[in-house]
Amino acid sequence: MGASGLALRLLVAPRPGALLRAAPTLTLVLFLGPIAAGLAGTALPAFGFLPAIGGERLSLAPWAALLQAPGFAASLQLTLTSGFAATALSLGIVVLFCAACHDTALFRLAQATLAPMLATPHAAIAIGFAFLAAPSGMVARLLSPWATGWTRPPDLATVNDSAGIALVAGLVLKEVPYLLLATLTALNQVRAPALMRAARSLGYSPAAGWMKAVFPVVYPQIRLPVYAVLAFSLSVVDVAIVLGPGTSPTLGVLAMRWFSDRDLALWFPASAASLLLAVLVSLAIALWRMGEAILSRLGRRWIEAGGRGGGGGALRLAGAGALAAVATLSLAALLVLLLWSAAGPWRFPHALPSSLTLETWRAQAGRLAEAFRATATIGALASCGAVALALLCLEAEHRFGIEPSARALWLLYAPLLLPQLAFLFGLQVLFVRAGVDGTVAAVVWAHLLFVLPYVFLSLADPWRAMDRRLARSAAALGAGPWRTFFTVKLPVMLRPILAASAIGFAVSAGQYLPTLFAGAGRITTLTTEAVTLSGGSDRRVIAAWALAQALLPLLVYAVATAAPPFAWRNRRGLAVA
Amino acid sequence: MSGLAIRNARLGIGQRSLLGPLDLAVPQGEIVTLMGPSGSGKSSLLAWVCGTLDACFTASGAVAVDGTDVTALPAHRRRIGILFQDDLLFPHLSVGGNLAFGLPPSVRGAERQARIERALADAELDGFANRDPATLSGGQRARVALMRTLLAEPRALLLDEPFGRLDVGLRERMRRFVFDRARRLGLPVLMVTHDPEDAASAGGAVLHLVAGGSVRRGEPGGEAADALPA
Repeated sequence: MGASGLALRLLVAPRPGALLRAAPTLTLVLFLGPIAAGLAGTALPAFGFLPAIGGERLSLAPWAALLQAPGFAASLQLTLTSGFAATALSLGIVVLFCAACHDTALFRLAQATLAPMLATPHAAIAIGFAFLAAPSGMVARLLSPWATGWTRPPDLATVNDSAGIALVAGLVLKEVPYLLLATLTALNQVRAPALMRAARSLGYSPAAGWMKAVFPVVYPQIRLPVYAVLAFSLSVVDVAIVLGPGTSPTLGVLAMRWFSDRDLALWFPASAASLLLAVLVSLAIALWRMGEAILSRLGRRWIEAGGRGGGGGALRLAGAGALAAVATLSLAALLVLLLWSAAGPWRFPHALPSSLTLETWRAQAGRLAEAFRATATIGALASCGAVALALLCLEAEHRFGIEPSARALWLLYAPLLLPQLAFLFGLQVLFVRAGVDGTVAAVVWAHLLFVLPYVFLSLADPWRAMDRRLARSAAALGAGPWRTFFTVKLPVMLRPILAASAIGFAVSAGQYLPTLFAGAGRITTLTTEAVTLSGGSDRRVIAAWALAQALLPLLVYAVATAAPPFAWRNRRGLAVA
Repeated sequence: MSGLAIRNARLGIGQRSLLGPLDLAVPQGEIVTLMGPSGSGKSSLLAWVCGTLDACFTASGAVAVDGTDVTALPAHRRRIGILFQDDLLFPHLSVGGNLAFGLPPSVRGAERQARIERALADAELDGFANRDPATLSGGQRARVALMRTLLAEPRALLLDEPFGRLDVGLRERMRRFVFDRARRLGLPVLMVTHDPEDAASAGGAVLHLVAGGSVRRGEPGGEAADALPA
């Protein structure tokens, strides 16, 4: 096999350059190996084969069981509508905001608030949003009884609704910041200001100019992030547990319920559901791609018609309003968590608790501290490992003149374009056979699969943009390649390295399924516990856990942002531009 | 033979020939100026000589320093110093830190500190060791860059349009500063430039790169303009 051949080559070739030269290959093996093996390990039980629990022969019985499950058709429909709706809505808001507001001060403000919004895990936002929108939630309380007449929580399904509206809203809150960041990065690469100057000088309004001259160039750059959002929205489990319907849930939640059932025979239809999810995601991406082709043909006609666009005051208001709504809801979600976690008695229509207390935090402190430690350890190991691998790959690229291909980028996105369920069960089967399931190492490795793409993507651009003549100067001064790497390149890149570490940590801290599967249910992090508790009824406890889950990555992010200016306080050449 | 020697150098990108064949000898303490329009491959020639040529170029030929063929050595073992148009001081190190980066590790302890102090004094920058390079003027930064290169004890010095970014008033002072020190140390210096005044100030042999990549020998300070291909 390729991996063992590679390992052999590493053993017999101890030259220092050899390891570095192998770094990209090694990373791909570490990274794609488990995914491929995990996919196979999910596909076999989907067709009835898993000898460990008595599946000795290939059969279609799991599929029959899946198709005959009560409410399967509704689950399928909900999965597709919520996935497409969340993606289209998120992309729509981002495009609207960029087109309408790219030349305003609001745009720069959005850039500054983006990172903390990204660092907040999905589950925390989803739980906070549920506390806002639920029948007894903050919104109903603020409107009652003076506007609604409610003195008791109304019998309305404002969250966990069967149409999945709350689920879509919860997803949009997290996907808008992600897509906006991807768009801002792409805007830097396509020299948008120059394109806009050309369009404006030809008489186009700001919004029409952006849509016609900038967006067609930017979209190909954000295509993979959009597909990642689509794949994620179709297959997400934690957000769907918190905000989606309980009966006829999404396909992902259905599979997860079966995987965690006492009846092991349900693993077969669960695997079939996971595999179906992978097929659905592939088809959905293909469908989206076709939609792109049709829209781009129509769009070209629209562009070539030459309309210059009008004043666009209403458009600007809509763009700014949509983004402000997303930011406000995210912030409000965190604030309502804070309030609930410190609430004393709090009867329904009252907008505020009658007293504040730290009792909830005190009661949970021991378990919180334990989960906090586990989350921090796993996050630190996964993000440091990912940063090290990414740095080695980028250094190998630099030193040996390796040109990364477009296909390499697709490989990097592979874990983000596949439903997690589709390979995590198979991976767990492998971990069990290797006797490492339920260990911290297994969880770190599973997290690495999702941390590495984000870390690599955030580090690659600044690294490739580094002034290569600095390294050449160091070489001409007699510094060898490794000395140059450690004493010139790493210090100069301190800021992007720390930023990438913080992103990696946030990604790790937010992982639900990988922790559950690789940890075999024995490793509890803030995320797994917050999602598990969210099914219960003690709002104060749920709020404390969800808030702790949100605060840890924010804390790491704050440190990563504050450290470089402190380290370089006497180095004006490395100050933020 | 002492000094810097380039034998039968050819540079190209893919199939396209960029420069050469070129034979060149720079004796110790002398300055040879190579002139030519931008895009003629002068800077690439220097990158090849000091061993940092980008992988997209093809190159053949040999570089020798003091009679030793260094063509097979990596850049950091060649002991060929280079100065660019930009000073390329390391932004994360102080002025003294930058100088120390150049100094070989075999120079230790108090001697190390003394060498750095002497270099600063020579550059009229006494007391600047702890300064952030970003707070220095362009001329000061250029002097630090030269001292950093000289502290690495090179056996040859390459100058890649080193005065182009300086104010006109500063240029002549900086030329004398660089050339004086190189001569005092007996270094062979190869300079590429498109500024005829650089060549005149250097006072050594002047070569003109002409269209097609060959080289024509010119008089010191002589008619540079007719060497520019149309």
